[in-house]
Amino acid sequence: MLVMEKNFLQEEIEKLVETFGNSRSALIPILQEIQKKHHYISEFAQQEVARLLDIHPVEVYSVISFYAFLSSEPKGRNIVRLCQTITCDLAGKYSVAKAIERELGIAFGETTKDNRISLEYTNCVGMCDQGPAMLINDKVYTRLSPEKAVEIINEIK
Amino acid sequence: MEMKKNRQGAVLFSDYTRGKSIEKVVGMPRGDVLAEVKESKLKGRGGAGFPTATKWMLTAAAVAEKKYIICNADEGEPGTFKDRVLLDEYPALVFDGMVIGGYVTGAHEGILYLRGEYSYMKKGLENYLEEMRKDNLLGVNIAGKEGFNFDINIKMGSGAYICGEETALIESLEGQRGEPRNKPPFPVNTGFMGCPTAVNNVETLAAISHIVVKGGKWYQKYGTDKSSGSKLFSVSGDCKKPGVFELPWGTTITDLLKLVDADNVKAVQVGGASGVCIPKSQFDRKLAYEDAATGGSIMIFNESRDMLHILKNFMEFFVEESCGQCTPCRIGNVKLLEGVEMIESGNYTFSYITKLKELGQSMQVASKCGLGQSSPNSFLSILENFRDEIFNNGNGGVNVR
Ligand SMILES: Cc1cc2nc3c(=O)[nH]c(=O)nc-3n(C[C@H](O)[C@H](O)[C@H](O)COP(=O)(O)O)c2cc1C
Ligand code: SF4
Ligand code: FES
Repeated sequence: MLVMEKNFLQEEIEKLVETFGNSRSALIPILQEIQKKHHYISEFAQQEVARLLDIHPVEVYSVISFYAFLSSEPKGRNIVRLCQTITCDLAGKYSVAKAIERELGIAFGETTKDNRISLEYTNCVGMCDQGPAMLINDKVYTRLSPEKAVEIINEIK
Repeated sequence: MEMKKNRQGAVLFSDYTRGKSIEKVVGMPRGDVLAEVKESKLKGRGGAGFPTATKWMLTAAAVAEKKYIICNADEGEPGTFKDRVLLDEYPALVFDGMVIGGYVTGAHEGILYLRGEYSYMKKGLENYLEEMRKDNLLGVNIAGKEGFNFDINIKMGSGAYICGEETALIESLEGQRGEPRNKPPFPVNTGFMGCPTAVNNVETLAAISHIVVKGGKWYQKYGTDKSSGSKLFSVSGDCKKPGVFELPWGTTITDLLKLVDADNVKAVQVGGASGVCIPKSQFDRKLAYEDAATGGSIMIFNESRDMLHILKNFMEFFVEESCGQCTPCRIGNVKLLEGVEMIESGNYTFSYITKLKELGQSMQVASKCGLGQSSPNSFLSILENFRDEIFNNGNGGVNVR
């Protein structure tokens, strides 16, 4: 990481701590913000958060590793999360998944080379009456067909 | 997302105007409000079915400087989406219910723990809270009642089913991994930040708003003796009209299947992946705490479905979502999944399957929290109720293993 980048990130985290406070219960909201902006929480960011909250960096890492929506590894600018749970499965998840994989040339668990999209499976997203369903970042898409899913994915920048 | 306005229902989906219940309670002593809730015999809608009045009385009785009301909107049980509908279409019911919880327990802070998957609702809900503040339904001296101060914050989850368990939820709010705590102590005594905390499901709080306005007696008229009131059922799977339906407790599975237009049904999973799988021969069973209990999830499977495939999907879910803190659940779910895969590939012996069933029973008693205690339910009920299909060339030999 460049020194400049580090300085920016440091400033950004200081601002987050100002907003959410430096108590332990501020940890997850702070990590959520970093995740949203940078699509992952780098080792440097983890150390900075730990320093400002006065906890051990390993504590920060252990929290990140617990939650599916927090990541210590770089992710694409957009995260596609396809529901893999039973009603979506029975409604045609498999063919939707295959179509997306073919179109992007990557498998679930991977990120496109241009960093545009990370593909993940997720468990029930509460849209079981309208499956197959997927989330792209914060938005939900339902009643997917293979064709419709690919169309939606091709539109994301 | 689709909006289905004008839902029909006798209780939860009946008419309600924002603030109505709050305006009513501020003129009543706390004890009278609690008595009304007690009279309703309302039990928690999050799955465990603990009497809500008792929970609130314990929280009210606890002596502490700070207390909290938490609305559990982590809704992650496969096949459940009624809390999403309530928050999206009936936020007044849920938030007013929280304010009433604050009034009777003496809590000044409410927290809505919203699952990360529902982030798209956050902005709208925050705007709604802002409107409530403008109408003096949140903030200080609420509805003109001197000294009644209460406000609500929204906190987001980050993609972990286990955080729906109330003590894991509290750990998560405190900035920790969402690992369930030992109980006792219970949250009503030692909850968020060590303070007395009432954790309530979204639907429970929504019911409170109606109960306060229309009375506990009115509420009790619906349902059965042991399961009073109505329930929201999230229906998905093989039927023509999936969605959220309000029905009185005690409705039979057969009646529900008729309502949602389901044909050729082979099995109904009641209570989500943690629930039990009910075969056709038992469709006359009642949906109620005392019979087929459910937090609301109803998943319908027709004759064309492979029950072993369904079971495998459930076990994969639990292997992923176990917090890993205790051994029966962490290792047990992996073993059960392996067992399903052995059956799938034809590499099993009946004596090993019998051992796995015993393992499942051990998990039910030895696991630390509800996840591990209930994850063997599907395994045990599907292998038992569908053993002809799975082991004995049933189902016309379609699923020969
Ligand atoms: C693994 C697990 C997941 C749970 N998920 C939820 C949930 O998503 N929403 C919920 O209200 N309760 C959930 N519960 C039940 C809560 O622990 C708690 O009993 C409930 O929130 C209490 O509210 P109630 O009394 O209004 O039902 C879960 C329990 C377990 C063991
Ligand atoms: S039963 Fe499972 S989810 Fe619950 S504490 Fe044990 S390992 Fe964690
Ligand atoms: S099973 Fe996919 S949204 Fe519930």
